[in-house]
Amino acid sequence: MLTRLLSGDTPRSLPLTLILLAILVSLALAPFLFPGTRSVDTAARICVFIVLVASYDLMLGYAGIVSFAHTMFFGMGAYGVALASIHMGRGFDALIVGTLAGGIAAAALALVIGLFSLRVRAIFFAMITLAVASAVAVLVSQLSGLTGGEDGLNYKIPRALTSAQKYMDEKLFGVRVNGKLLNYYLVFACSTLLFLLLLRIVNSPFGRVLQSIRENDFRAEAIGYRVVYYRTAATCLSAVAAALAGSLYAIWLRYVGPDTTLSFEIMVDILLMVVIGGMGTMYGAVIGATLFIVAQNYLQTLMGAAAEGLEGVPVLPLLLNPDRWLLWLGVLFVLSVYFFPTGVVGRLRGRG
Amino acid sequence: MSAPDHLPTMAQASPWQRLEPHVPLLLIPVLALLGFLLIPSTSSWLTLTVSGLAMGMMIFIMASGMTLVFGLMDVINFGHGAFISVGAFVGVTVLLGLSGLTGAPSLWLNLLAVILAITAAALATGLLGLAFEKVIVQPVYGYHLKQILVTMGGLIIVEQLILVIWGPDEIFLTRPEALKGAVTFAGAAIEKYRLVAVGFGLLLFLVMRWMLRSTRIGLIVRAGVENGEMVEALGYRLRLVFIGVFVAGSALAGLGGVMWGLYQEVITAHMGANLMVMIFIVVIIGGLGSVEGCFIGALLVGLMQNYVAFLEPKLALISNIGLMVAILMWRPQGMMPVVKAK
Amino acid sequence: MSEPAPQKAPILRIEGACTNIAQYHILQGVDLEVPAGAVTMLLGRNGVGKTTTLRTIMGLWRAHRGRITFDGQEITALPTPAISRAGIGFVPEDMGIFSDLTVEENMTLAAASGPLDSARLDWIFAAFPPLKTFWKKEAGTLSGGQKQMLAIARAMAEERKLYLIDEPTKGLAPAIIATMAGALRDLKAQGASILLVEQNFGVARMLGDTCAVMDDGRTVWTGAMADLADDTSLQERLMGLSMETA
Repeated sequence: MLTRLLSGDTPRSLPLTLILLAILVSLALAPFLFPGTRSVDTAARICVFIVLVASYDLMLGYAGIVSFAHTMFFGMGAYGVALASIHMGRGFDALIVGTLAGGIAAAALALVIGLFSLRVRAIFFAMITLAVASAVAVLVSQLSGLTGGEDGLNYKIPRALTSAQKYMDEKLFGVRVNGKLLNYYLVFACSTLLFLLLLRIVNSPFGRVLQSIRENDFRAEAIGYRVVYYRTAATCLSAVAAALAGSLYAIWLRYVGPDTTLSFEIMVDILLMVVIGGMGTMYGAVIGATLFIVAQNYLQTLMGAAAEGLEGVPVLPLLLNPDRWLLWLGVLFVLSVYFFPTGVVGRLRGRG
Repeated sequence: MSAPDHLPTMAQASPWQRLEPHVPLLLIPVLALLGFLLIPSTSSWLTLTVSGLAMGMMIFIMASGMTLVFGLMDVINFGHGAFISVGAFVGVTVLLGLSGLTGAPSLWLNLLAVILAITAAALATGLLGLAFEKVIVQPVYGYHLKQILVTMGGLIIVEQLILVIWGPDEIFLTRPEALKGAVTFAGAAIEKYRLVAVGFGLLLFLVMRWMLRSTRIGLIVRAGVENGEMVEALGYRLRLVFIGVFVAGSALAGLGGVMWGLYQEVITAHMGANLMVMIFIVVIIGGLGSVEGCFIGALLVGLMQNYVAFLEPKLALISNIGLMVAILMWRPQGMMPVVKAK
Repeated sequence: MSEPAPQKAPILRIEGACTNIAQYHILQGVDLEVPAGAVTMLLGRNGVGKTTTLRTIMGLWRAHRGRITFDGQEITALPTPAISRAGIGFVPEDMGIFSDLTVEENMTLAAASGPLDSARLDWIFAAFPPLKTFWKKEAGTLSGGQKQMLAIARAMAEERKLYLIDEPTKGLAPAIIATMAGALRDLKAQGASILLVEQNFGVARMLGDTCAVMDDGRTVWTGAMADLADDTSLQERLMGLSMETA
């Protein structure tokens, strides 16, 4: 039963299983285990990013295509919810319409970009997605009438999902049972579902064709698979999943802006999460996203402390300045690609 | 019995067949003409055209190395933008240090300062390129996916190091005295610096073209872009040639970075990464590996950007994507695709 | 009876070479000697590893087992440029013409150690007149036969100790095959050592001194070309068809 739920793709390593279980339990019980707005926020962010990173891994790790437009698709889902909520008024119908519209738009754009660039050369795809995504980011910040520009958009979501709505008078295990809690579980449940769906996709016959294309596209083409179509289909599926993750994030945050959804920094974060977790292993997304977001929250504090401690020493405090944490992630990233391309999951499975 | 002594071509080439190879080059005047028809005032059109050409020349300088590096070794360097930023910071630091020369009202002293700055930038980025090639690129030859990831990581590291060395703030600068202001020509105000940029870019293009066409190294590079294996089988160490091209391309990117900094009068650590978007478009529409295609592509992008920014500012960046889409629909491999043996 | 094969010291010796391409074992133990100053034919059906053998000698693909010695020096692991500079001229199966470069530029590059020797060039022009006619033309505009001439001329641009030539007559018209065979005979007359892959039996018989037959990634027969040419049943057995009927 459990194996079927995981589409037969079990973690295949005891430590990995334990870590994944720990993450699952922590996220499932996050509001109770780590009460406080900031920790629950972090947990929700982890849920969303697990889906986002897993969907990216479908492209990078399974189909072997590098895209720099994943945040764009993420943003389409988020802006879809935001715009629908603003123009249709607060309500579940707006959330649904926005999510659907974002997903469809992302699929359509992914289809166009995919057919256009993958037809020629797979590396065109990386360059074209970078160009298109940055143009879209600029456009979003320029069209402030529609998108709120750099400031982004604030909007209302159904009251049932906000802390204003109370479901129980008493606290449950010291936690208020309100709309916010429901909202968290909405995010958690949808993320889990989407993750299982992605796991199903990569373990389907379709997923296996993708992997054989990644290994040797000439041979796959020779056997009779239309490589372009498979790659484009992977791109579209991945884009839709990213858009859905974006919608969830928008519902959780009640705000969208270029910095939270479209920025290149987030794209870099996604890349880091995939590589650190392990490319081509869906579970890598879980570990990568969790590790990275937790580190993001606490590493900077740590670096700040270290920089203060080293005051007076030349250069080092500058290198350890909390604002420079991307430097260390960059180094980590390059080293991971060289030395353990299969990431944490690969290491735990003992074939690093 | 002897072999036929004629070229296997049709006796009569149709006018279109004769014209076709020149179509990419002709697109430049066509675009300029289109701009002329759409832009109401002739003087604005002239100003925009010059600034479009200046921008195109600078982009060409920055992009040329990247396209050759790809053509020669099939290496795609997403970290190319790092050299642009580093070049700009080194060059501007030198310029700021030479305020005695840049502040003097003498064209020659000013140019001397600029040349010193450019040389320093090119040297620094050339060396950085050498290190980048050895440390970052070499271990991932032949693996596009890893190349993209690793060079992207290299870009992040270099950007962050710039922030460590020069601090987190952007640096504003003023152009040397003699390059400030504008000249008026046919009622149009044309910034002097843009004219200098056009002249300098053209000069570099001609030198590069001459080197590729008339020197042995150039022959090796051109032959290597088409069939590297055969070049090696003829006894040339392509690997060394490639390192040379990589270093030269990095130096050109750094040089272009200084020029871009002087053009914008402000530099940031992210400028290189931001410019990469335009560079990719140029390299793709030119045809990966083709220096001439890159040149034409850069001028088209520069003109397009300036005309559209004048007519409908919000569409400027999108217009270049549109240009790219249009050209790829016409020629999926870019305007001047390089014949690959494999 | 034809003369026995010339017994000269080998310029090239391959011992037990095995080469893999991706996961496929293409060469599985090639043993071959190329005597100096003679033409050695490398024969066999399609896909038995003749091209791979030549590419392995050039270091374009690597033998993971076995030894290749050239002119007294082991070259098994040398980089391709060093193998070329040791004195081997190579004409690949796909000719490897630089089509963006002119005929002149192709030839200039081929003379890797210095400017083209004019006497040598005259000899090349005499063998391949079209190259003189189209000296300034882009090589990509040449016909198939002219490209093949250029490919061989490029290998001849400098004096080499050994020439590796892969199917120089493939797909050419009879008139051009004659030109090609004439040029190769010329080269042979000058005392060059040649390892030639050839499917055209007429040409093979005319030029070959010794001969090696490959099957399934191995050399299965070596001996004098004349012995093979005279023995139809041996041809049948080794290559599945006889030279007379081809």
